[in-house]
Amino acid sequence: MSSSVKIKTLTIDERQVGARENQTILEVARENGIKIPTLCYLKGLSPYGGCRMCIVEIAGSPKLLPSCMTTVEEGMVVSTNSDRIKKYRKNLLELYFSERNHVCSVCASNGYCELQSMAQKVEMSHVHFPYMYPHLDVDATHERYVLDHNRCIACTRCVRVCDEIEGAHTLDIKDRGIEVRIITDLDRPWGESETCTQCGKCVHVCPTGALIERGKSVGEMSKRKQLLPYLTKMREAHE
Amino acid sequence: MNDAASKDKRRKLVDATMRRFGHSSYALIETLHTVQEAYGYLDDENLEYVSEALRVPLSKIYGVATFYHFFTLKPQGEHTAVLCTGTACYIKGVPAILSAIKENFGVEDGDTTEDNRLSMLTARCIGSCGLAPAMVLDGEIAGQVTPEIVVDRIGRMIHNDT
Amino acid sequence: MTPEEFKKIGEAHQKKRESFNYNINVCTAAACVSLQSEKVKEELIKQVKEQNKKDDCRVSGTGCLGLCASGPLITINKNKALYGGVKPEDAPEIVKNIAKKPVKRLQIPTDMPFFARQTKMALEHCGKTDPEVIGDYLAKEGYEALYNCLTTMEPNEVIDMMVKSGLRGRGGGGYPVGLKWSTVHKAVGFKKFVICNADEGDPGAFMDRSMLESDPHSIIEGMAIGAYAVGASHGYVYIRGEYPLAIKRLRAAIRQAERQNFLGKNICGTPFSFDVEIRLGAGAFVCGEETALIASIEGKRGTPRPRPPYPAQFGLWGHPTLINNVETFANISPIVRKGADYYASIGTERSKGTKVFALAGSINNTGLIEVPMGITLREIVFEIGGGIVGGKKFKAVQTGGPSGGCIPEEYLDMKVDYESLAQVGSIMGSGGMIVMDETSCMVDVAKYFMDFCRSESCGKCAPCRVGTAQMYNLLNLISQGKATMHDLALLEELCDVVRNTSLCGLGQTSANPVLSTIRFFRDEYLAHINDKKCPAGVCAIEHKEEAVL
Repeated sequence: MSSSVKIKTLTIDERQVGARENQTILEVARENGIKIPTLCYLKGLSPYGGCRMCIVEIAGSPKLLPSCMTTVEEGMVVSTNSDRIKKYRKNLLELYFSERNHVCSVCASNGYCELQSMAQKVEMSHVHFPYMYPHLDVDATHERYVLDHNRCIACTRCVRVCDEIEGAHTLDIKDRGIEVRIITDLDRPWGESETCTQCGKCVHVCPTGALIERGKSVGEMSKRKQLLPYLTKMREAHE
Repeated sequence: MNDAASKDKRRKLVDATMRRFGHSSYALIETLHTVQEAYGYLDDENLEYVSEALRVPLSKIYGVATFYHFFTLKPQGEHTAVLCTGTACYIKGVPAILSAIKENFGVEDGDTTEDNRLSMLTARCIGSCGLAPAMVLDGEIAGQVTPEIVVDRIGRMIHNDT
Repeated sequence: MTPEEFKKIGEAHQKKRESFNYNINVCTAAACVSLQSEKVKEELIKQVKEQNKKDDCRVSGTGCLGLCASGPLITINKNKALYGGVKPEDAPEIVKNIAKKPVKRLQIPTDMPFFARQTKMALEHCGKTDPEVIGDYLAKEGYEALYNCLTTMEPNEVIDMMVKSGLRGRGGGGYPVGLKWSTVHKAVGFKKFVICNADEGDPGAFMDRSMLESDPHSIIEGMAIGAYAVGASHGYVYIRGEYPLAIKRLRAAIRQAERQNFLGKNICGTPFSFDVEIRLGAGAFVCGEETALIASIEGKRGTPRPRPPYPAQFGLWGHPTLINNVETFANISPIVRKGADYYASIGTERSKGTKVFALAGSINNTGLIEVPMGITLREIVFEIGGGIVGGKKFKAVQTGGPSGGCIPEEYLDMKVDYESLAQVGSIMGSGGMIVMDETSCMVDVAKYFMDFCRSESCGKCAPCRVGTAQMYNLLNLISQGKATMHDLALLEELCDVVRNTSLCGLGQTSANPVLSTIRFFRDEYLAHINDKKCPAGVCAIEHKEEAVL
């Protein structure tokens, strides 16, 4: 590390912490053992800022800001777990559960799902917004993997890992608003994709049961969480 | 002009747009505009062609093409009727016009009639609020329309040209 | 080019104009064009020829005359006549009577409040020049402001002038223009950009379209002055693809400006170089948000990203970028020419200058107006706007489009400025004003805007993506008479969640139409919920017969 890097000091949850000038609040918080929940964020991928779970309060700003994309500033006073934020996180999670068909009891990722464990973490006891029950497809045309839109939370981790780490960019997102869907190539069946390298990174970064290995039954789909950190580390070593 | 030649000519327009931007990836939206202008809609063959030429992944192009409402991935009918659904038009009677069109021509927003004569579209606001409710019939703005006027004008538009 | 040279071009044009006894100007902005003003113009030209008045009369196109409701409009300079509702078949009579008394049946009094109560800054040339002829613009001191900035002022001085004028961004947020310019000026970067946001997305707003169609050079000039002030060398106009006429005129204007060296390398012989390109929007409301707009220019899906960093520091392709909207840029050259103090003398304490509004809905004089800040809503609606159509009862005026609110009668005497509109739960917005009468249902209006937000949400962040859909469903239940008080409470809770947790302005403000209608028209919500009735008779409520079984 070059000596020209400036160090900033700030307060997170009443603790004084030091940070390098380009770090985000989330990075600094995690270095200091302060837990901020995230869904779309994944170390090793570019930040997205879409899930809103990592919002924090910053003194002097009326707006809640995503800690994954907000860089530290000298003297900043951050609060990551106020009652207000806790309430909103719970509400956000309820919105996620109401959006598609997240039925844990029949999901391959039951027990390994980040959405599920997040619900426990934020103490979401029930969903008080109406369930929307959309009719969604399951793309099971790929010989090794399955894409189940019913479980997708549109976090785009799969899109980013496919583009940034694998370099194939087979996956992307189509349409907009409540209609957004993960697609492969020109929205064709995954099994017909000529760009997919079948590497499976998308499956292992997917926080839910939206992307699973073929043949996995209820509660069998654990993800290899160390895959991405390992790849990132090895690549850094090569640079 | 035979089919192949006209295809060539249209392709040249697409090439010209991409060349103007040095085939950089940020030319994507401008190129899609040109494709739609030349071909009427964004077909798979052209999307694949543009993907190759600009080196933009297929899924990314598809994501962009479906994000913007101006782009259509379906061929359009011989005639188009675009109903403005801006606020001024809405409070001055858009719902009644929509149902009149559906009743008389059997099409809703985004549909094309089975005989391919009419495509029905809506626009979020065409900026002719002073003339609300307004429609665009084959590119021509019609202002202060009523369900009766709309049905009459669309009927004449799709029947009088043969 | 030296100022003498371009003054000469302007003067030559002016002389040519004055060499005719009668200049007939036909409005060729979109509203009049759609009422066949081009045919009126053709017919007038033909009549002038046929009646042998070619040396006496000249027919030319002009920008928006404002009173769109009475189009097609024409003006005649000599007898100061304004004619409305002109049909091609009226041409013979108009030309025949040109030296005599005006044609009474077509005449619109020019002293009516619609014209008399306006103060023109951004629209100063609209309806007075031919938007397709640069000479007309030069004849009205066009590009003099740019020339003076380049030759007599330092960038800092230009910025100071904007600070002093008190001009605030006219796109909706009202951010101080001088402050924004100064931030971009100070930002470090070997390359900087200027973007004109012409992606006018609010349904019910047509100010930007009219300005681009009527006076494209003033926007180009404003952008060039901005570029000089912040140190940018390249500009983009991001314009809605749905505005073909505005695109055509702007394209022609850019070409003319390039030819006369008001754009391009070493503008007017100075070291300053600046060029402008057009980028077409493709139908996404969210692209009015500046980070989404930037993504779109970069050829991507127009999804916003969290700010900070602001585009002023990290904008187009990562370079410092100045983004202002059309009306803001249209105000720049008038401020430079007339002085910051003059501009600041108009308006209220914190909202200086004038504002352009598009009047539409249930109002007699629909059209485009420019009024000093601080005017009351009542003056706009009942004096300038000529009141409600058919003598119906006023119910609300909607400002700010899908991010704004509905303002009821009790606030009609409120002064229009950024702060007071925010106080009543609306926003200034870009300037769309939709007047609603007793036949509009406020639940239906809220549902309409939520439908808009739901379909325009980009889908990136969960609260906006899911929240707007949830709120729409609840409003739909209410409008169908199927909701309970519990649903209303849920709706209000969702408003709060979506407002506070959404990524960008679209989501953060999407609840405004709902909150403002609940605040001022709660009784209408209750009527739908408790009495299963729509007081305005708009919503279709199915009445279930009591337990037939």
